[in-house]
Amino acid sequence: MDLSEINFAVLVASLIVASTPLVLAALGELIVEKSGVLNLGVEGMMIIGAVAGFIVGVETGSAYIGMMAAAMAGALLSLLFAFIILIMQANQVASGLALTIFGLGIAALMGHPYTGIKSPQISTISIPFISEIPVLGTMFFQHDLIVYLSLISVLVIWYFLNRMRAGLIVRSVGEDHDVAHSLGYRVVTIRFLAITFGGAMAGVGGGYLSLVRVPQWTEGMTAGAGWIALALVVFSGWRPFRLLIGAYIFGGITILQLNLQAIGVNINIALLSMAPYLATILALVVISMSRFRGNRGAPGCLGRSFVKIT
Amino acid sequence: MNNKIENTLFQCRAINKEFGNVRANNDISINVRSSQIHALLGENGAGKSTLVKIIYGLLQPDSGSMTFLNEEYSPKSPKDARALGVGMVFQHFSLFEPLTAFENILVGLDKELGEKELHASVIMLSESYGLEVNLSSFIGDLSAGERQRVEIIRALIQKPKLLIMDEPTSVLTPFECESLFKTLKKLASEGTSILYISHKLKEIADLCDTASVLRKGAIVGEYDPKKMTPRELGEIMVGQSLFEPKRPVAANRSNKVLSVKINEVKPDTQFGVTLKNIDLAVYQSEILGIGGVAGNGQEELMQVLTGEKKDRNVSIKYMDNDIEMLNPRERREIGLAFAPEERLGHAAVGNLNLLENSLITDPKKRFQMKMGFIDFSELNEYTNEIIEKFNVKTTGVSALASSLSGGNLQKFVVGREIGQKPSLFIVNQPTWGVDALSAANIRQAIVDIANTGAAIILISQDLDEILEISNKVAFLTNGNLSIPTNTMDIKTDEIGAIMGGISD
Repeated sequence: MDLSEINFAVLVASLIVASTPLVLAALGELIVEKSGVLNLGVEGMMIIGAVAGFIVGVETGSAYIGMMAAAMAGALLSLLFAFIILIMQANQVASGLALTIFGLGIAALMGHPYTGIKSPQISTISIPFISEIPVLGTMFFQHDLIVYLSLISVLVIWYFLNRMRAGLIVRSVGEDHDVAHSLGYRVVTIRFLAITFGGAMAGVGGGYLSLVRVPQWTEGMTAGAGWIALALVVFSGWRPFRLLIGAYIFGGITILQLNLQAIGVNINIALLSMAPYLATILALVVISMSRFRGNRGAPGCLGRSFVKIT
Repeated sequence: MNNKIENTLFQCRAINKEFGNVRANNDISINVRSSQIHALLGENGAGKSTLVKIIYGLLQPDSGSMTFLNEEYSPKSPKDARALGVGMVFQHFSLFEPLTAFENILVGLDKELGEKELHASVIMLSESYGLEVNLSSFIGDLSAGERQRVEIIRALIQKPKLLIMDEPTSVLTPFECESLFKTLKKLASEGTSILYISHKLKEIADLCDTASVLRKGAIVGEYDPKKMTPRELGEIMVGQSLFEPKRPVAANRSNKVLSVKINEVKPDTQFGVTLKNIDLAVYQSEILGIGGVAGNGQEELMQVLTGEKKDRNVSIKYMDNDIEMLNPRERREIGLAFAPEERLGHAAVGNLNLLENSLITDPKKRFQMKMGFIDFSELNEYTNEIIEKFNVKTTGVSALASSLSGGNLQKFVVGREIGQKPSLFIVNQPTWGVDALSAANIRQAIVDIANTGAAIILISQDLDEILEISNKVAFLTNGNLSIPTNTMDIKTDEIGAIMGGISD
């Protein structure tokens, strides 16, 4: 075993790539939950995004068009969920689980002819000058567009939730839908929009998996990423920056353990593969134990159906 | 006549609204003149809330028309209402607890205001109307009075010409009420009309220029509250003559039922009150009234008495047994009954129906048959009795507790406890949010069980209630309890001094 075989800069760069699907999907779910809806269908929306993105990407030869198709597919599936829980007022937990199972099944069906094909390349964008900085440049400034977008999304979503009126309205609807209704806000419309946004983000996350991260289509390739994204939202205390840190810890350990496996560290492979999950849980439990006020984070109406009371 | 029409700010004509087959508003017409405080008076369920929700755009009438500032007025949503100059302060505050006061004000605005600009106007409002509020504090940490000030600021910042106040004093302490009245009077003198909903007769006489009385969804008439006694107004409101319960007659004053000695009990949270030097005793057939402004230890004392909080520094003797280490269930089993202040979530479970809510406090296991089966026929009968005797307005025993209005749930909870025929009944705010007639009923029921031998501890912020039916009174100030004195011997000017904590 030779730890010097591991290039630290490359390690960080690849952990960012590995974490990007999680960041995207979890950010989407963050907005959904802030509006008071618990969508357990993230995994389903991700895999639909992965398969749709891959198919369109292969057929058009453009990873970007594929990524857009992934967003559309995720959003489309989430609309089904929105209809079931907002209009038919079905139970959110059950509907979300059904969405995941539905998504996994239909993605396997759609993706079958595409198994084993290589996806179109996505180009990396080296940011002029700063990407030349040794080590740091390799780590942070030689990525593809989607990675930069995911980082910008963290900022934008933080700003939206904490500094913008529209974000405040979304939070209000999630905290107490009856009060929001009595102030004249359209609870159902706002939640519809939030769910659709969450679906699109999960779709892009899935598309990034199949088009960039892996990059090919295999059945069930999300492998629980949707569930990790869900857990990240909860443990981050519904805060975008903590969510990013959580995602990078998970991605980081995933990459590190792969590298360790590659150089032949004498640890059981099962244990190594388990490490990212364990570390994520541990880190996030520690975060959520701290005495910050942010741990009040759970929206007051999370998972509750809105019934208009007259 | 001409003058009157010119002065009219808001008018509604023949408003009708039905829910299912219940006619909540039946042909209602009212006329609010500018710069007036106009009371909308009526019992729970008389249709006041429905009417103001229509005015605020939350509900649409089935028929009828409204005019506001001499123009056709038919808001489709609260946004429309606010845009045209109608503001509302809700009874159960429409505030978001996890958000700050500032964010709550912001979210109630319809246009985007700069943070600085908003700060400036809030500070201006709070200074000119005495509405002090710390903008950065979370609503969850604020008292009821402070929360209401946030709501009022939120309404005033949009410069309404008509401000609707839905039972604003039901959660306020006497001090807070006074400052609210000052604010409202100032607003009216500056040209804002106020539609003031209440069933508290005395405050309407103090505050309002006109009173429209509603009964069973229809207008009974318009009156000048300054020219009538509260009692006359109350009788118009309930449609029958009101009675005043008499305090229990001394029967068995020699049997001590409960004595409580507390040296010091520290609160669980930093916002709580430390109970100190409390020494009280209550005898058979006696009502001990405990008065005081909210937040002076009522909650904490109640917890010690019910057993929700057990503390070694407390000695509680019940009929010669030490019970300070018993839990609430065990205390109920030996004949105590409690009705805490918070009805939903503390006294009753919102997601259970009334039958189940009767069952959960059943210390004597009256409704339990062999093998733990529930005796539903007995339970049904008992629950129906409560509903009937205490005039609980509900669709039936299978209605969820959360579907009842606050006042009706209060009646149910008090009825449920009294129905246990306790030897000692401890009740906090028994008539909070309850209309005049039902409040008199509840007080009468408390007096009745006292007359049959029960001892009562009545904690209440309603001074009139305490003076009306208690045999002895004591006051809580800052966790200290004054020495109980006979109600007959106490003078009103002394009470103010005791409550203000001056004479200790």
